[in-house]
Amino acid sequence: MELDLAFIWAILIAFAVLAYIILDGFDLGIGILFPFLKNTSQRDVAMNTVAPIWDGNETWLVLGGGGLFAVFPLAYAVIMPALYAPIIAMLLGLIFRGVAFEFRWKANTSKVVWDWSFTIGSFVAAFAQGIALGALVQGIDVADRAYAGGWWDWLTPFSITTGIAVVIGYTLLGATWLIAKTEGEIQEQAYAWAWTAGIGLIVMIGIVSFWTPFLNAVYMQRWFAFPAILYAAPVPLLVVATAYSLFKGLEMRRELQPFLSALALFVLCFIGLGIGFYPYMVPHSITIWQAAGPDSSLLFLLVGALVLLPLILAYTAYSYWVFRGKIREGEGYH
Amino acid sequence: MDLPLAVDLARIQFAFTVSFHIVFPAFTIGLASYLAVLEGLWLLTGRQVYIDAFKYWLKIFAVSFAMGVVSGIVMSYQFGTNWSVFADKTGPILGPLMGYEVLSAFFLEAGFLGVMLFGMDRVGKHLHFLATLLVAFGTFFSAFWILSVNSWMQTPVGYAINDVGQFVPADWWQIVFNPSFPYRLVHMVLAAYLTTAFVVGAVGAWHLLRDNTNQIARLSFSMAMWMAVVVAPIQLFAGDLHGLNTLKHQPAKIAAMEGLFETERGMPLLLFGWPDMEAEETRYAIGIPKLGSFVLTHDWVGEVKGLKAWPKEERPYAPVLFWSFRIMVGIGMLMIAIGFWSLVLRFTGRLHESGLIHRAAVFMGPMGFVAVLAGWVTTEMGRQPYTVYGLLKTVDSVSPLAAPAVGVSLAAFVVVYFLVFGAGIYFLLRLMSKPPETGEPGLPEDEPIRSTGITPTPPLRTPDDPGVVQPGE
Ligand code: HDD
Ligand code: HEM
Ligand code: HEM
Repeated sequence: MELDLAFIWAILIAFAVLAYIILDGFDLGIGILFPFLKNTSQRDVAMNTVAPIWDGNETWLVLGGGGLFAVFPLAYAVIMPALYAPIIAMLLGLIFRGVAFEFRWKANTSKVVWDWSFTIGSFVAAFAQGIALGALVQGIDVADRAYAGGWWDWLTPFSITTGIAVVIGYTLLGATWLIAKTEGEIQEQAYAWAWTAGIGLIVMIGIVSFWTPFLNAVYMQRWFAFPAILYAAPVPLLVVATAYSLFKGLEMRRELQPFLSALALFVLCFIGLGIGFYPYMVPHSITIWQAAGPDSSLLFLLVGALVLLPLILAYTAYSYWVFRGKIREGEGYH
Repeated sequence: MDLPLAVDLARIQFAFTVSFHIVFPAFTIGLASYLAVLEGLWLLTGRQVYIDAFKYWLKIFAVSFAMGVVSGIVMSYQFGTNWSVFADKTGPILGPLMGYEVLSAFFLEAGFLGVMLFGMDRVGKHLHFLATLLVAFGTFFSAFWILSVNSWMQTPVGYAINDVGQFVPADWWQIVFNPSFPYRLVHMVLAAYLTTAFVVGAVGAWHLLRDNTNQIARLSFSMAMWMAVVVAPIQLFAGDLHGLNTLKHQPAKIAAMEGLFETERGMPLLLFGWPDMEAEETRYAIGIPKLGSFVLTHDWVGEVKGLKAWPKEERPYAPVLFWSFRIMVGIGMLMIAIGFWSLVLRFTGRLHESGLIHRAAVFMGPMGFVAVLAGWVTTEMGRQPYTVYGLLKTVDSVSPLAAPAVGVSLAAFVVVYFLVFGAGIYFLLRLMSKPPETGEPGLPEDEPIRSTGITPTPPLRTPDDPGVVQPGE
């Protein structure tokens, strides 16, 4: 059998997007939680937990977008104009939060401005990503290899709901990350935030899961018809188990378990989405194979990806390892 | 050109965002290498002044890098949001090249940036130096791939066109190493080095004007002037070769750059003039007879095609090209002159005393950026009306978007960029105006860790307030 390059790439891009969501998710979550921290030195600590790694985390977004351009150019060309406003909003949000990492330490009088820039930027980026997700799930009008809808089509009650869901989800990631990386008062607060965000996220997952099948018959069939349900059913069950592990971890004051459980929740939701999407790249109009570029393009980049991705994962892990351990108040890295 | 409004807005948006972006890479590519050199010299000689200079410039690097990253992320989405037809058609060729850029360059930079900025006392000197080197390599690989992308759009080869009208790869080697790529890569990397050298030189000179015993300022200025001596003339040579290459592949661009309308033998080299696209002549022309032909064809009476050889709608807009090109070359010449001047002073032992050259160097500080922007304007406007030269028109590249959508997002970018990057440039200038000191703070090695700081610097601490000193572990 010939190698199905398009399928391999779909998996790789999905992996990049998932990596982005969970890695930048906790950075953005910390941004969203920023105003709730009690004082400047607490904010210093919170920011220091991610300062050395945020750029690497964000690079997965470039790989997701750039990868789409490279191997599924048609999907890229259709999705970007369709999600124009949320994407631009996300980019602007990422600017505000990205520069805050540096500017905040250089500012004396304007420090509070960059604290807010960090928070609002993170919030806008998270919300816009959630809206983009919702807009993608609800489907995009395509005619003649191009986006055929209007420039407000992305805005629906459903996409707003997914926007809120993602904000809450990132908040949970951020809070559980703080539990793992800090101690004392910050950690205490983070436990409380994680409870709230955890409950919020479970509720949102419920709402979105029940809503999605009614958006389109394909989803309905995927989730409720036999035999597809056999593949799909374990996902909700695992979500319940993971939620249990999350709350148990919070209750027992375990430091790592809540973060890992939150990650697992994201992975499961992502798999759930994948089940709903497959085999489409742009739901219900363009399949993976229709969107894919020619095999020679896919192969050319695949060779590089197979060599470089393991290296990237290795040195990313190294960098996390270098900066392992708790970050304490009034303390830099050492 | 009469283009639909949405197209014009999309072009302005691209030009605006990329122009802001290129300013930061032009500086970070050079500075990353400079930092690697400083740290290497420190490891080799153990002299304090090198690590002090390193720490001083590291803070500045961190701020510019952050701005380079966030403005770059915008770029990678611009192709899809505003140029979706272009993205669909060229994706199979340009996408993988940019994919390689992400995999081989961006991850490398981002992965080791954290260690470079915060990790000195966690990983030790040698691994830290490795991290600095890897970041520097990352910036170079990034330039390599993105310039390959851009050059392919200027001189497309190695492609076929499939039945849905996409460019598909036929020969990857030819695509990556397309005819204008080697020239553009060399020219741009040298441009980044020169730009950085002149910023470093200007900061050194600024502080020398105040205190010419400042060791770090002396070092910065001296190193920068060596760069000017060596690299600026090479840039002239590389630029000349680049121009010859352009003459071969994009003769209309050269005609516009030279303000040449009639095809001529023994054309002059114009120093001044105003190309008039309507009247099809260059007014107020002042030039050196026959030199133009000599430079372009290496023959005093060589023939160069004028703009009239192309139909009106295929002609790049000469008034801008003529002047942007001259601004770039003029700045190049000034750089060579300063380098030469510094050499003379160096041999008479007055390099650190002469106030005049320091003032000139301060003036030249931002000129590298001006030259880089002028160069890109020449290159990009010179290939109009095409995005893929000769094959895909700009009008046919744009997304099916309504003008209001593009207009609103353009306005948002303009406001945000001026606010955010304006603040960033202010912080950069403030960092640079602080004299570099011995025992420069930030980046603790074996000494006790300073408090708040993590990020390369503690927030602008005054020299007499060392912050809360923590006992080492
Ligand atoms: C000659 C050099 C050069 C040129 C012409 C460009 N860039 Fe750039 N870019 C860099 C050199 C660079 C760099 C030196 O590698 C940067 C600057 C700071 C940094 O983090 O890396 C960078 C950053 C950077 C990033 C952020 C990477 C990260 O997350 O770390 C993206 C996504 C892009 N660029 C994309 C683009 C696109 C789409 C361009 C064309 C339209 C472009 N760049 C032109
Ligand atoms: C290296 C990657 C680059 C790519 C892939 C690229 C691509 C493009 C594209 C697609 C356009 C739009 C079509 C048009 O209106 O001309 C454009 C225009 C433009 N680009 Fe580039 N560009 C790159 C780098 C740069 C850089 C670094 C600059 C620096 C300043 C630059 C300056 C411009 C300008 C000024 C325009 C507008 C030209 C006009 O209005 O006629 N480009 N480029
Ligand atoms: C000293 C004399 C110089 C000459 C003869 C020269 C020549 C050229 C030419 C002919 C081009 C257009 C290439 C094209 O066809 O697209 C160009 C582009 C460019 N120049 Fe120069 N240049 C000189 C100096 C400089 C300096 C000092 C800088 C910056 C510090 C610079 C930065 C650039 C950049 C960024 C571009 C656009 C990218 C490219 O096409 O390489 N140049 N130069």
